[in-house]
Amino acid sequence: MKRSVEEKNWLEQQNVIVCRCEDVTLDEVRRAIAQGATTLDELKRLLRVGMGPCQGRTCRELLARELAEHLGKPVGEIMPPTFRPPAKPVKLGLVSRLAEDVPRAGGDSSLEGGESR
Amino acid sequence: MRSTADAVIIGGGVIGSSIAYHLAKEGMRNVVLLERYSFCTGSTGRCGAGVREQWGSERNCRLAQASINAFEHLAEELGYEGDIEFKQKGYLILAHTEKEWEQFKKNVALQNSLGIASKLLTPQEAKEIVPILNTDGMLGATYNKRDGHCNPFHTTWAYAQAARRLGVELQYFTEATGIRLEGGRVAAVNTTRGTISTPVVINAAGPWAKPVAQMVGVDLPVYTQRHQILATEPTGPIIDPMVMSFSIGIYCQQTPHGSVVMGMGDPNEPKGYDIGSSWEFLREMSRIILRLLPALESLKVVRQWSGLYTVTPDAHPILGGVPGIDGYYQAVGFSGHGFMLAPAVGRIISELVVGKTPFIDITGLDLGRFERGELQVEPSVV
Ligand SMILES: Cc1cc2nc3c(=O)[nH]c(=O)nc-3n(C[C@H](O)[C@H](O)[C@H](O)COP(=O)(O)OP(=O)(O)OC[C@H]3O[C@@H](n4cnc5c(N)ncnc54)[C@H](O)[C@@H]3O)c2cc1C
Repeated sequence: MKRSVEEKNWLEQQNVIVCRCEDVTLDEVRRAIAQGATTLDELKRLLRVGMGPCQGRTCRELLARELAEHLGKPVGEIMPPTFRPPAKPVKLGLVSRLAEDVPRAGGDSSLEGGESR
Repeated sequence: MRSTADAVIIGGGVIGSSIAYHLAKEGMRNVVLLERYSFCTGSTGRCGAGVREQWGSERNCRLAQASINAFEHLAEELGYEGDIEFKQKGYLILAHTEKEWEQFKKNVALQNSLGIASKLLTPQEAKEIVPILNTDGMLGATYNKRDGHCNPFHTTWAYAQAARRLGVELQYFTEATGIRLEGGRVAAVNTTRGTISTPVVINAAGPWAKPVAQMVGVDLPVYTQRHQILATEPTGPIIDPMVMSFSIGIYCQQTPHGSVVMGMGDPNEPKGYDIGSSWEFLREMSRIILRLLPALESLKVVRQWSGLYTVTPDAHPILGGVPGIDGYYQAVGFSGHGFMLAPAVGRIISELVVGKTPFIDITGLDLGRFERGELQVEPSVV
């Protein structure tokens, strides 16, 4: 996946926010990569990118391309980040009131649609 | 990768990284740190980030106290540009049973005798520190202002980067597959990227310490067990200290970033290497925490995960060498509190390796204590 000229120009600007949830700029991402980060999980650990309410849905692609470009690898070779449940943010109060026998998908904790129960 | 080194460290968590830095600081720079994945992939990156001096055994108190002394100046010492998020807003440890209240009186007396300024509080005094705390059924609490929080990712990264600047080679995505002994001495470490000749190997492999020790024929009396944990969305300041209860088996702290992190021990959790997340944990955790801190009700959970404790029979780590295997050292079995001990442990192990007397007496923390039956169990753990 090659970047378009427009996208590149846009990204070149300093202080472009790449992770809106955690307010992380492209510049900060580039500095972490320069210090040796080579995976999405490492960027997450150092910068909190992808740890906010959207859990990386917005920034993942951008970050993967940034890493790919720096490492000279195809984007497909960048290891995907670890995904953590719940699938959507859910209030503590709501989870605490769920009954013992609440139906759940595949026995895991993904509470997709949980908030409407 | 270097083919000859003065020492090889197995494990790139906080313990291995701290050892790497301290060895280099002692002047031993031809060191290779081997990490199978990346920094903080093991227990360190999954931990609750709590640091406290309030322990029930003298040895844990001393290790934790020296570590907090180090945390206070760590970013500076390591020349770290980022923020290790060290905050000292205390630990508030709740007593709900007569038994734990009696134990807490002993703990505080011991801690005070070692220069730790912890104190016993009434439920009312505890509520002044955490106004949203429900004190129903509480007998009292202990509190120590010097305890608190530190960011495990940044701490580990800061140690590793400082070590690298001093000459240590960080080999991430490289696994140690075997240790070669010659005439009772360490001779080499085999890895997925080749062999390194070395007279010294340090086992800092966290939950995998047992298989690594088996490479030199040592059988560690440790087991691993899943512990689950969750984080909420960030919110404005609502809880200053870590709130913890041993009888209920929970801890809960607001990080400097604003999210609230909480975890719970489960006595029925089987031993093993499972690190999945369960829905039952999410429900039980929220039920219990809302009884203690009902005001958290509308906070949203954004993430849950789990990690492994590596537990010894007395909940103290196993530190140092093993008689009969020259050049083999270990720093393992932290039983759920290895992050906060990493500064002191890194220094102690490196002092042993270069032949100095460790700055803290570690008598009784050796592997031999289990055979000698000299166990003094740490009572204050979740
Ligand atoms: C849920 C939870 C909450 C916790 N809360 C706290 C807390 O609040 N405060 C606290 O102090 N502690 C806490 N702990 C405990 C703490 O996380 C650990 O004690 C500490 O992180 C141990 O660090 P380590 O470096 O020994 O292990 P790890 O971080 O597990 O590092 C060991 C590393 O060795 C690597 N490795 C293993 N085998 C090999 C091999 N053969 N070759 C190369 N590399 C290898 C692994 O990949 C791993 O990265 C908690 C733990 C959990 C699970």
